[in-house]
Amino acid sequence: MDLKEKLVSSFLAFENQVDVDAYVHGIRTEAIKTFENNGFPSKKDEAWKYTSLNKILKQDYSVFPNKENAIEYSDVKKYFIHDIDTYKIVFIDGKYSSHLSQTTHDGMDVCLMSAALSKPKYRLVIENYFNKAASDDSITSLNTAFSSEGAFIHIPKNKLVEKPIQIIHFSTGNESALMLQPRNLIVVDENSHLQIIERHQSLTENPVLTNSVTEVFANKRAIIDYYKVQNDNQNASLIDNTFIKQKQESHASVHTFTFGGNLIRNNLNFYQHGERIDSTLKGVTIIGDKQHVDHNTLVHHIEPNCESHQDYKGIFGDNSTGVFNGKVVVEKEAQKTNAFQANNNILISDKSTINTKPQLEIFADDVKCSHGCTIGQLDDDALFYMKTRGIPEKEAKALLMYAFANNVLESVKISELKTRINKLIANKLGVNIGFNL
Amino acid sequence: MLKIKNLHASVEDKTILRGINLEVKAGEVHAIMGPNGSGKSTLAAVIAGKEEYEATKGDILFEGENIDELAAEERAHKGIFLSFQYPVEIPGVSVTNFIKTAINSTRKAKGLGDMPANEMLKLIREKAELLEIDRKFLSRSLNQGFSGGEKKRNEIFQMAMLEPKLAILDETDSGLDIDALRIVANGVNKLKSKDNAVIVITHYQRLLDYIVPDFVHVLHNGKIVKSGPKELAHELEEKGYDWIKEEVNA
Repeated sequence: MDLKEKLVSSFLAFENQVDVDAYVHGIRTEAIKTFENNGFPSKKDEAWKYTSLNKILKQDYSVFPNKENAIEYSDVKKYFIHDIDTYKIVFIDGKYSSHLSQTTHDGMDVCLMSAALSKPKYRLVIENYFNKAASDDSITSLNTAFSSEGAFIHIPKNKLVEKPIQIIHFSTGNESALMLQPRNLIVVDENSHLQIIERHQSLTENPVLTNSVTEVFANKRAIIDYYKVQNDNQNASLIDNTFIKQKQESHASVHTFTFGGNLIRNNLNFYQHGERIDSTLKGVTIIGDKQHVDHNTLVHHIEPNCESHQDYKGIFGDNSTGVFNGKVVVEKEAQKTNAFQANNNILISDKSTINTKPQLEIFADDVKCSHGCTIGQLDDDALFYMKTRGIPEKEAKALLMYAFANNVLESVKISELKTRINKLIANKLGVNIGFNL
Repeated sequence: MLKIKNLHASVEDKTILRGINLEVKAGEVHAIMGPNGSGKSTLAAVIAGKEEYEATKGDILFEGENIDELAAEERAHKGIFLSFQYPVEIPGVSVTNFIKTAINSTRKAKGLGDMPANEMLKLIREKAELLEIDRKFLSRSLNQGFSGGEKKRNEIFQMAMLEPKLAILDETDSGLDIDALRIVANGVNKLKSKDNAVIVITHYQRLLDYIVPDFVHVLHNGKIVKSGPKELAHELEEKGYDWIKEEVNA
């Protein structure tokens, strides 16, 4: 039985565990049909031309892990940003871990999707927002069909949430192969401000496939800064589907830092429903070995006077492959749009590959849209400069790569997170530069 | 200190240096002048160890040792410093952090540990003062958004920190106004001692009013075609390079 069949047939077992009369179950039932009809995407689909899931779909994944697993905080502390106070929503093998988490219902809800789906007081929010931003493509539908657990965050209006929220998914390797499908819903109401740090972390070498869906709603004048830290181990793969729906004058940014993992696909979608909206998509990718990272972005400009800024930097070593597919759609009504897109790449080995493809569909006539992609090597003159100051080749290269990624790092607003990412970069580049980058 | 014997060098199969002979002793200042394209910057880069430049013939001896096979950073560890005409911008790495990395890399190569932080700080302050560099400047990203004068001052600041035995200043005067030129030249003069040496590469005589050379060499077509005392620089300033070319061709 292949994975698709296994998933479709396990939907019946899933129905025994959930409330089939609930509002969301109708949505799930539709979604499993969509997945059953379309299956996993293949290279024949234009959007998946450069990324094949074949290899990772061959594992015999457990779809519903049953064993409860506890981990000690001291063992996983390093995966948290622990030097500042944060809310934490932590999952172990897909199950909520209360002892690692710190949630709240004090003036806002930072809690669990399972609670939001079952308790009547959340019914209205769920009906208004659940699956209202997510698309009905096959892979997202697969997640929708099994959606039952994840983070649920609802920030009412006029609230500046000072503590960032960390959403962390651990997998323990208790199953020989594990598939996870977290489903997150984040609603930020008028004038409120929220920061999120998200991470998926496998703790063993056993294969893990995560198909994650996150819906984010930024209501009027809301500000959301979302940071994705992707530094998983070599047998963990991730398909991240994030949908951000913005209302007027809201600002939303997503930073994606990708250093580890086997195959990573980021489907990041922004929809602008209102005027004077600002959307920011930035990323730093540094990979090697046989890693594969695919950033697939969409910014949909629907109304006038909005902006979007995309800036993705990639450094590819060994036999690694990168993909950047950035689509910007500017509707006819979306006059005075400013849309910028940049994708700069450095190939540091002869066998690494990058496929970069900007796609602009512009139907308005009074807009500023720019896109640029570059593929290059490290600048020999710059290397020589540093070497004449006594800095050895390896460190000199690391400094140059760091400088290359710097303007994306600069825009990280949580300084402890910035320090952490600098360390991850230094680690990834295998250098100890002697100061915090 | 530096002995160059019959040096030929090429880049991408194009021969640029065609038999350079030069000896620089400790305590000396040498000026290398010459028209554009004569090979001045190539000579500087070959001494400093730029990989793309291949020494096809001849030897470069530094303190008696042949350095042909040494990488640029190894030459730097031995005490050779090259100040760039166009210093490279490194966003996100401050002047202070860059020089710390440079100093500690050199110490590591010599088997020493990192310089203690307070010692480093003291040294940075002392050398910054010498070059009239203020503290804010030190926390800026290396060369990013620097004016021409700031870039060159920063080069000499790094030289002051690294205390090389042989400093090669490649067109350090280009892009400098007279005040910046004076500060940079003062810095170089204060760092000069009987134990180190300086090679000043320049197109114009202007810098040599401030950094007074013991010898002036004229490079033309990849060869030193004339050497003389500091007065030669004045003569070149007055008469240009054409008479040298004519002399050579005659």
